[in-house]
Order: sequence, then C-alpha cells, then structure tokens
Amino acid sequence: MEIPYNEELRPDTGLYNAKLGIWLFLASEVMLFGGLFSAYIMLRLSDPNWASYGQDALNVPLATLNTTVLITSSITMVMSWVSLKLNDVKKYKLYMGLTLLCSFGFLIIKYIEYSSKFSHGLFPSTNNFLAVYFVLTGLHMLHVIGGIVVNGYFFGPGLKMWNTEPERFTNRIEVAGLYWHFVDLVWIFLFPALYLL
Amino acid sequence: MTDTHHKESFWRKYIFSIDHKVIGIQYGIMSLLFLLLGFGLMLVMRWQLAYPDQPLPLLGWRLSPDMYNSFGAMHGTIMIFLGVVPVITGAFGNYLVPLQVGACDMAFPKLNMASFWCYFVGGIVMLSGFLLPGGAASSGWTSYPPLSVVATTGQTVWLIGMVFLITSSLLGSSNIIVTIVQLRAPGLTWMRLPFFIWAQFVTAFLLLLAFPPLEAAAIFQLMDRLAGTSFFMPSGLIVGGAATDWAGGGSPLLWQHLFWFLAHPEVYVLILPALGTVGEIIANNTRRPLWGYKSLVYSVIFLGFMSFIVWAHHMFLTGMGQTMSMFFSVTTMIISVPSVVILSCLFISLWGGSIRFNTPMLFALSFLPMFGLGGLTGLPLGLPLSDIALHDTYYVISHFHYVVAPGTIFAIFAGIYYWFPKVTGKKLNEVLGKTHFLFSFIFMNGIFFPMLIQGLAGVSRRLADGGQSYAHAQHVIHYNEFMSMSAWLLGLAQLPFILNIILTLIKKKDKVADPNPWNSTTLEWACPSPPIGHGNFEKEPVVYRGPYEYSVPGHKTDFSPQSEKLGEK
Repeated sequence: MEIPYNEELRPDTGLYNAKLGIWLFLASEVMLFGGLFSAYIMLRLSDPNWASYGQDALNVPLATLNTTVLITSSITMVMSWVSLKLNDVKKYKLYMGLTLLCSFGFLIIKYIEYSSKFSHGLFPSTNNFLAVYFVLTGLHMLHVIGGIVVNGYFFGPGLKMWNTEPERFTNRIEVAGLYWHFVDLVWIFLFPALYLL
Repeated sequence: MTDTHHKESFWRKYIFSIDHKVIGIQYGIMSLLFLLLGFGLMLVMRWQLAYPDQPLPLLGWRLSPDMYNSFGAMHGTIMIFLGVVPVITGAFGNYLVPLQVGACDMAFPKLNMASFWCYFVGGIVMLSGFLLPGGAASSGWTSYPPLSVVATTGQTVWLIGMVFLITSSLLGSSNIIVTIVQLRAPGLTWMRLPFFIWAQFVTAFLLLLAFPPLEAAAIFQLMDRLAGTSFFMPSGLIVGGAATDWAGGGSPLLWQHLFWFLAHPEVYVLILPALGTVGEIIANNTRRPLWGYKSLVYSVIFLGFMSFIVWAHHMFLTGMGQTMSMFFSVTTMIISVPSVVILSCLFISLWGGSIRFNTPMLFALSFLPMFGLGGLTGLPLGLPLSDIALHDTYYVISHFHYVVAPGTIFAIFAGIYYWFPKVTGKKLNEVLGKTHFLFSFIFMNGIFFPMLIQGLAGVSRRLADGGQSYAHAQHVIHYNEFMSMSAWLLGLAQLPFILNIILTLIKKKDKVADPNPWNSTTLEWACPSPPIGHGNFEKEPVVYRGPYEYSVPGHKTDFSPQSEKLGEK
C-alpha cells in the first residue's frame, strides 16, 4: 500500500499532501496568534492604566538585531531549498547550518533580554503589558525551538532520505521552510506591536 | 492495490496502529466509554436533584454542593470534548472518510496515530482531576474566570488536558481535510461526494480554525493560575473577604469571547456530522436520492462560515452593549436559515420513498423532530430580550440537550447500527436494536421536555438542590423526580444496546457474506466487510456517478453503486 501524492502533485489540485497539510496547519497557527493579538488589543484598549506599565523598559536595539537575525535565517532557509532543487547537497548543508546558527542566535539574544527583565524585577505577574510581552514572545520562542528541532533533524539524521528519495526530501525542506517563514512573519508582527507601538 | 502481507507486531497492529480503521475503532471504544462515564456522572447528579441531601442508594455517601459542581463541569466537558466529538469526527470520520472517498488510508497515518494518543492522554489527564485534593474542575465546562482562576488544582489539570485535546483535534482535522482534497478516487468530483463527506469537511475546518483561540485562552488562564498574571483578573478583586495578589487590569469578558469563539463553532462540530450521518441513512432507507443535494452542500458550507460570527449570543447577559447584542442577534437569526434548509431537505427526502423501518432508520427519523425541537427552542435564546429571561434557567439546558442528546447522540446510534456490518462484517440484532430505540426515545423526552416547563417557570440551572428553596419553583419542582426516574430508566435502556454489541461480536456464524447488506450506493460498501487490512479496497475504485442513485429507472436493482460503470445494467 502506498499513499498517493506523497511526492508527486495531484493533477487537479496541483499540490502534494504535505504542502496542503502545512498550509492548513499554518491557517490554524494564524488563528492561534490571531487570538493572542486580539487579546492584547482588547486588554490594552480597556485598561486606563496601560501607559504606566513601562513599555519603554523593552530593549529596542536588541530586538531590531533579533529581527535582522531572523530575517537572515529565512533567506538562508530558502537558499537551502534552492540548493536541493539544484542538486547541491554541500550548499544545502551550508545554508541549513547557517539557518540553525541564526535560530540559536535569536534564542541567545532573547535570553539576554529576558534575564535583564528578570534582574530588574519585571515579571509576567508585574502588570498586564509584561504578561502579554512574556506570553506572546514566549510562545513565539517555543515555535522557534520547534523549528530548530525540525531543521536540526533535516540537517543531521534526516538527510539520509536524500540518497533514497531526493524528491521527497526536497519537499520536506520546502514544508519546513514554509513553517519557518511563518515563525519569522509572526516576529515581524510582534516586534512593532510590542516594542514600537 | 494489494495487501502487503508482512507480519506486524501486536503493538503495531492494535495499539500504536497507523491504520485508519484501527484508529477509528480505538476512537470509537474510548469515546463510547467516556460517553458512558459522563452519563454516569449525570445519573448521580440526578439523585441529588430529585432527593436533595439524601445519601445515595448503594454508595451511601451524599453528593456535596462542591462535588455537584465538579460533576456538572466534568459531565459537560466529558460529553462534548471526550465523548460526542471524538465519536463523530474521530471514530466515524477516521473510519469512514477514507472509505467513502475511495482512499487506501488517511493522508498522514502517523499524525493520525498521534492524534488518537493526544486525545487519550488529554482524557486521562482530565480525569486525573478526580484524584486531586479539592476534586476535578468545578467551574463548569465553560470555565469562566475569575471563579476558575481561583478554583482548586482540578482546573489546572482541566486546562492541560484541554491543550492535549486541542492538539489532537488539530492533527485529526487537518488530516481529514487533506484526505478529502487529495485522496479522492478517480472520478469522485466534488459534487459526487456523499453528503457525509461534505459535513465532515466543513466540520474539520471548524475544528481547525476555531480551536486555536481557545488554546490561546487556555494558555492565558494557565498563566493566571500558575504565574500570577492578570489576563482575566479585574482590578480590586476580593475573594472570600480578602484582597488577592493579582495585579489586576484584566478582563473576565476576554475569556468569554475567546471561549465562545471556539464553543459556538463547536456546536456545529457536534451537529454537522450528525446531519451527514442521518442524510446517508435516510437516502439509503427511503431508496431515493436525497432531495436537494446541492442546497444541502451549500447550506453546510454557509453554516460553517456563519458559525464563526455568532459566538456572542451566549453573552447577552454580560452587558456587552446594545450594538454588539444586535449584531450577534441578527447573525444568529441568519444562521437558522441554512439549518432549516437542511432539515427541510431531509424531511422532503422522505416523501414518496418506500421507507424501510430498520433500527438505523428509526434513530435517523426520530433525529429529525428532536433536532427540530432543539433548533426551534433556540430561537428565543437568539433574541436578547427573551434570552435575558431564559438564559440562566433549565430552558437552556433543555434546548441544547435536545440538539445534542436525542439529536446528535441518536445520529451516532443510527450510524453505529448502520455501519456496524462494515466494521465487523456482522449485522446487529434488530429486536434488541428496536427495543433500544423505543425506550431511549421515550426516556430522552421524559428527561428534557419537563425541563422546558421548569425553565419557562424560571427555575435556575446550576443549583445543587434543583431550586427547592425558591417560591416560584414550587409548582414545577415535582418534575425533578420524574426527570430523574427517566434518566435512570434511560440508563437501563442502554443495556440492550451494550448487550447487542457483545452478543453479535461473540456469535461466530453470523457473518454477512455480502459486503453491502443495506444495498447502498456509496464507496465504503464497494470494499469487503471488514475492509482488508492495509489498503481497504481490492482494486482502486473508480467513480462513475453521483452518491445517491437509488431507484434509477431501467436499472436492474434499485441502487446503482458509485463505482459501477455507466451502461452496466
């Protein structure tokens, strides 16, 4: 028994199964972050004390750096997929390695930010702005960690599929890439919404 | 497509199976057990309502008001999230969707297994609340803060269990959508899909898109409980006469919005696959095509869309403002239109058919008026003015139980009797089945109809003594005993059903050799009963016609299977 359209495209839909699957997953992720963002909006609009919650305590330069790091990782992610399309595994390993490096870089910068907040006595329970900040960026960070696990697998042990089913492996990288771009996109919304506005 | 006969270990075959049929059966067994458990909790609660503060017979203990709350919360949670939805999407969806679209399995078999095990873990985590000091969650299945945030640890366990269940439904629903879009057999165009598939398709979208906001809300509530945040905690909250530690500034209404954003579509998750099931059975047993197939399909899609913008009609009492109430009241009136279209199509389908009154058909037929009653009693609740009077009374309990209990659960029974031969190769006994139907029908109404009367008299729901202490309840309070009797008898009425399944399964020789005992047209009957191990079909099916070609003039039988070549007589 072989499930059809695992790697080849179904003619009438023009999709392989996993691609449709990841788009559906991302749709549900949009609803998750949509819920989180609308909660943020509602809390902020209904709270007269919001201005006193110390949004300026956040470190904008560090977050800008983090935005750059994450966007770079998205570019290298595309490059790793393109390299596979061009049959160049060496380049794939290079770009995937860079993607992973950037992801770890993001986590380290985030760690610095978090620990400086904690050392100043700023916790999620302090006020609702910090609660929103920690929960939204924390959930985003969990998504980054999830991406590292998946990409790390394709960088290491998962790569052996390239030798047996190169087409399918390339699809896997495309799907992982779609997820990674989504994680990047969420940050691009989080950054202005939390740090700048 | 032939069966690859490599030996599988016991664990792979029955426990961590990736075969959609085994997973469907696993879902079925688990969720039926959960249904029984949720029903059992209610049977205990009904004793407290009929004879307040008297010790339970046999058990000897008294159900305290706190435990009553806890049982009530868990009854709702178990019935909806662990019982009905997993039967109708997990069991029916998993088992039947690949068969009806002519696929060899679900699109992602491993995710499918993960989905079941997330559901299993979520259920166990949630039940473990009963063992905690302070008992299981007791803030209702809606878990409204701030009450739920200051509640005992059972609530934390409830939230963690919920996150598992949401994950499970995410995996399951995306799997169902991909299977329907990508794995349809050649020739099975969209307008040739059985109505059941359309219902499952829309339902899967509802689960996929409505659950994540509840996940967000569950995370917020967990943070409120564990990390001391104040997402749902207003300023200046006093609990038990003392000020609390929460910084405040949060909004309890925010939870209600996020919760009902899921929980209203969830109502359609409960009802749409039930309508699909009933549609299949009615077409098969009237021996004529479903009336208005296209309007059924478009209505289901429209219902799916609309169900996302009616959620705040559960919140008229919160004082959220006239404009909001008006908007949601209008959308609520609009959403009743496609529901009526569907019900009318199913009713008109009966006209002129030569109806076979077998057990599945009896359940399906009684579904129609019962769901109709549930739907019609919902209209006054959709208008803010009448809702304010009725909302906190037994009227609401009666309304949604009419939709779900003699509605969806009857559809589930119908489906079990109808597809049992497909799953096991054996037909259930008709006499026991009809006994089960007759008494279930009588006692269901014995429970829920008096609730309408009590509700209109203004008897408040959620009271552990059933409203004994209120003057305005005195002339209707005697119904409590009658309803409790009905509930216990309804419990007894399930014995023929359980007995029927056990007896049929242990009888060896009762095999129906015919893979299509109901003379049905859809694809699930084009493969052997039960379908072969991996791959389902002996050869890949090709579809030549629509789903309900019954009694086609000139055809030698009164049904023309979808996989039968045109021109073959």
